[in-house]
Amino acid sequence: MIYLTLFLTFFKIGICTFGGGYAMIPLIESEVLAHGWMSAEQLIDFIAVSESTPGPFAVNISTYIGSICGGIPGALCATLGVILPSFLIILIVAKFLKKFKESLAVKGVMSGLKPAVVALIGAAILSVANTVFFAGTPNLSVFTTAAFYVSLALFALSVFAAFKKLHPILIIALCAVGGIGAGYALDLPL
Amino acid sequence: MKAKQKMTARQKARTLSALFFSFFKIGICTFGGGYAMIPLIQKEAGEKRGWITDGDMLEILAVAESTPGPIAINSATFIGERVAGFWGAFCATLGVSLPSFLILLLLSHVLALYQHLKPVRYAFFGIRSGVLALMVKALYSLYRQCPKDLFSILLMIAVLLGAVAAHLFGFSVLYFLLGAALFGLCYAFIRAKRGKI
Repeated sequence: MIYLTLFLTFFKIGICTFGGGYAMIPLIESEVLAHGWMSAEQLIDFIAVSESTPGPFAVNISTYIGSICGGIPGALCATLGVILPSFLIILIVAKFLKKFKESLAVKGVMSGLKPAVVALIGAAILSVANTVFFAGTPNLSVFTTAAFYVSLALFALSVFAAFKKLHPILIIALCAVGGIGAGYALDLPL
Repeated sequence: MKAKQKMTARQKARTLSALFFSFFKIGICTFGGGYAMIPLIQKEAGEKRGWITDGDMLEILAVAESTPGPIAINSATFIGERVAGFWGAFCATLGVSLPSFLILLLLSHVLALYQHLKPVRYAFFGIRSGVLALMVKALYSLYRQCPKDLFSILLMIAVLLGAVAAHLFGFSVLYFLLGAALFGLCYAFIRAKRGKI
C-alpha cells in the first residue's frame, strides 16, 4: 500500500529532522533510495526543484516525491506525514514551554544531535558528489570526459557564489544556463 | 505573547482566518524555507498583527530548533497555538503548507511532461553541481554553529564514518540520529552528576 508507506516514511523523516531543510536531505536520501522510488540523480533534481520553489523545503520535497509516487493522494500522505510530528510535538511543547527550555534532557539530546546532523550532511555531500561527478560508480574513466570538467567548473563557481551570499535560486538558475550552454556547445552525452 | 483570551465565536473566526492568510502569505513569499522565513514572520505576525514580539521570535526559534520537524512548520504551529489554541495552530500550519503543496503538485505534473527534453536534461545536469555547492555551504554554516568540544568532534567523526558505511551497505541513517541523541542524553546526565553543569 503505497499511500501508507509514503505516510509512514515521511512521518519518520519528519520526526528525525532537526533544523532546517538541509538537515532533511540525508534522511530523505537514505529512505527514498532504500524504497527505490527514484534514482540518486532524480533525487538531486527533486532537491533542486524544491529548493527553488516558494515555501518550506520539507513540504516542497514531500509533496513532489509523494505526487510522483502516488499522485494527489500520495502527495497528501507524504506531506501530512512530514508535518504531523512537528505539529503534535509543538502543541505539547507549547504547553510546557518553561520546563522544556530548562530541561537537562532536551539540552543533552540537542548536544548529541547537533554534531550528528553536521556529520550526516557531510556524508550526504559525499554521496551526492559521487552521483554528480561519477554518475554513481567511482571510476577513473570519467576524468577523460568533458562532462566531468563541466560539472567540476560549475561546482567550483557555485561554491564561490554561495559563499559570496548569492541567492540559492540565482545559483540554481545560473547552473541551469551553464548546463544548457555547455551541453549544446560540447554536445555532452545524456 | 498575547495570552489566549476568551473570544466570541465571531472574533475567533476572524482570528483563525487571519492566521491562515498571514501564514499563507508567509509560505508563498519565502524561498528556501526555514531561516529565510524569519524576517517575514516577524513582519507579518509581529509588526502587522501584533501576535508576537521580537523576544518571542527568539523563543520560537529556540523551540523550533530543539524540536523535530521543519522550522517553518514548528514556528507556524507554535504561533498559531499561542494566538488561538489548537485551531489556531491548525490554521497557521495549513496556511504555511498549502501554497507549497499546490505549487509542487502542479509542478510535478508539468516537469514530468518536459523532463525528457534535451534542454531540460542539460539544465538539470548543470543544476546538480549547484545543489552540491549549496549543500557544502549549508554544511559550513551548520559546522560553525556546532560546538567543537571533544565530545562533539568525536561524535561527528563516528557518525560520519557510520553514515558512509550506511550508504555503502544500504541501511538507514536514522539510527545514527537516535544513537547520537542517546549519547548526548547520557553525557549530559553524567556531567550533571559530576556537578559540571
